[in-house]
Amino acid sequence: MLGEGILKGLAETARNFLGSYVSKDRLTTVQFPEERLPHIEAARSFPFLVYDGEDWQQGMRCVSCLICEKECPPKCIFIEKSKDKKPDATGKPQFYPVVFNIDVSVCMSCQICVEVCPFDAIKMDVEFELSTNDRFGGLLWDKERLAKSNAYYGKIHPTEAAAVDAQLAEERAKLEAKAKLAAEAKTATVATPPAQPLRETSETTEGSGA
Amino acid sequence: MPATVDQIFVICKHWLLGFAPAGVQPIFSALLSVVPILVVFPLLFAITTVLERKGLGRIQNRYGPNRVGPCGFFQPIADGIKSLTKEDVVPATADRVAHFLAPLLLVAAAFLAYAVLPIGRNMVVANLNAGVLFFFAVGSMVELAVFMAGWASRSKYSLLGAMRAIAQMISYEVPLVLASVVVIMAAGSLSTVAIVNAQVGYTGIWPHWFVFTPWGFAGFVLFMIAATAESNRSPFDLPEGESEIIAGYYIEYSGFKFALFFLGEYLGMFATSGMAITLFLGGWAAPFSFLTWIPSYVWFFAKLLTLIAGFIWIRGTLPRLRMDQLMSFAWKFMLPMTLLNIFAAGVWHFMPAGYARWLACIALVVAPFLLLGRGLQQEKKSGIRSYRFAE
Repeated sequence: MLGEGILKGLAETARNFLGSYVSKDRLTTVQFPEERLPHIEAARSFPFLVYDGEDWQQGMRCVSCLICEKECPPKCIFIEKSKDKKPDATGKPQFYPVVFNIDVSVCMSCQICVEVCPFDAIKMDVEFELSTNDRFGGLLWDKERLAKSNAYYGKIHPTEAAAVDAQLAEERAKLEAKAKLAAEAKTATVATPPAQPLRETSETTEGSGA
Repeated sequence: MPATVDQIFVICKHWLLGFAPAGVQPIFSALLSVVPILVVFPLLFAITTVLERKGLGRIQNRYGPNRVGPCGFFQPIADGIKSLTKEDVVPATADRVAHFLAPLLLVAAAFLAYAVLPIGRNMVVANLNAGVLFFFAVGSMVELAVFMAGWASRSKYSLLGAMRAIAQMISYEVPLVLASVVVIMAAGSLSTVAIVNAQVGYTGIWPHWFVFTPWGFAGFVLFMIAATAESNRSPFDLPEGESEIIAGYYIEYSGFKFALFFLGEYLGMFATSGMAITLFLGGWAAPFSFLTWIPSYVWFFAKLLTLIAGFIWIRGTLPRLRMDQLMSFAWKFMLPMTLLNIFAAGVWHFMPAGYARWLACIALVVAPFLLLGRGLQQEKKSGIRSYRFAE
């Protein structure tokens, strides 16, 4: 009969209407600023720079290799490489970024910088309440704004951070073992030529124009 | 005492009128009648918007607005401030004069309709002897405003929306008027006051409303369907179908003009609801004889709010129709139903009172409903689309 379906629909909406006053489970709304859902581990918003230890300037993992700057599809990263070297968290002298800027109004959260970084220095944040009333300066984040501790990284992405930490620890252990071996070899026989350097610093070659 | 409370506004008006010198009394009297309507119904509009949003929210298992003021009831104030401070954009190629006048005309037309609505006992702005006719004549001015808006904006979406609106409003104006003809036949008058007076009596505790007759009930349902279409509300909101033509004829309006369109639309809805109350639901009359001590205007607004709640409920339930469904519903169902309903009202008038009259009239209303409904539903059956050349 004509109108039967309409009556059924009206009954359904009436049930929703009254039910929403009776049972709280029906209401899926989260009253945002007061209530919050637990954040999702796989979430990502914008990149940040990871540092080890307490001091963000000393512990920054970034060695200013410029790979992320080159890979960034919307070109939102700007890095100025240092002329000198400073010891990093492990005490090894490294280049460091004098300027490291990310324009988050340009960033498209693609995570490519994270994937290409060989030093696990840049990771994705989950912070999303980033409104500012300064649309130029407020959205151009500098090194200090970007720097966040490894502990923070471990807190927002526990699984991922554990894997990264394990890998880094393994690499560090390997390096230490190698260094130890080399040192032992050095002290054992002075006649033999010195062992290969641990990490070949590839010579910066001018791109052959031809 | 109840009589004084019932007539309090009329008494107040006469008291205030006493202060005016004789020369300006007609104008002053008109002002005293018009100004309350200009205040009360926009206020009702403000309340309705927030109630509608909250109601729709609950229907969709959400909270609805609940941030501004207690329980979100100051939301309309925030909305008003927003629309007042917004930039008023007029398209460069628009017809500036018509573009400016369209929202004003819409609101003016919507307000004019209230002139003949009896809001309470002795509370009507103008007791015209052709009140119902005046109401529908003014109601069709809305179409002019809508088309002005669509045409003057010089935008494709606007024009499409306006064309849809015109097609829809003209199609549904026919059943709207024909559905109200039964009441005019029964009351023997076009005056809204006379129509209400014809429904004021009681049998035992039961009122003499026209909706409690077979033809009156059918007429009421048909009138409300046509009124929904007239006021461009869901499921007949094709003219402003947001998913298709964004906002239809008022897409090129911003700021306060947009708010005026909204106001006009809701005022139109209240006016047609008020007309439905006047014609079928006994106007300001109480639903039971023992409730007559409650003032008449309270009953009018109670009925009005009930009908508005019905509109919101329907809006929260039904999806938008397609243009061909809309048209076939108007011409193949609504029009024959209203015509047969007029016949049923005639039969009711000429048959002697008794069970035979009830049975005959119910049969005259239900049989065409079932047959026409079957016809509509058969048409709906559509098979899987086959492509002749694609295999």
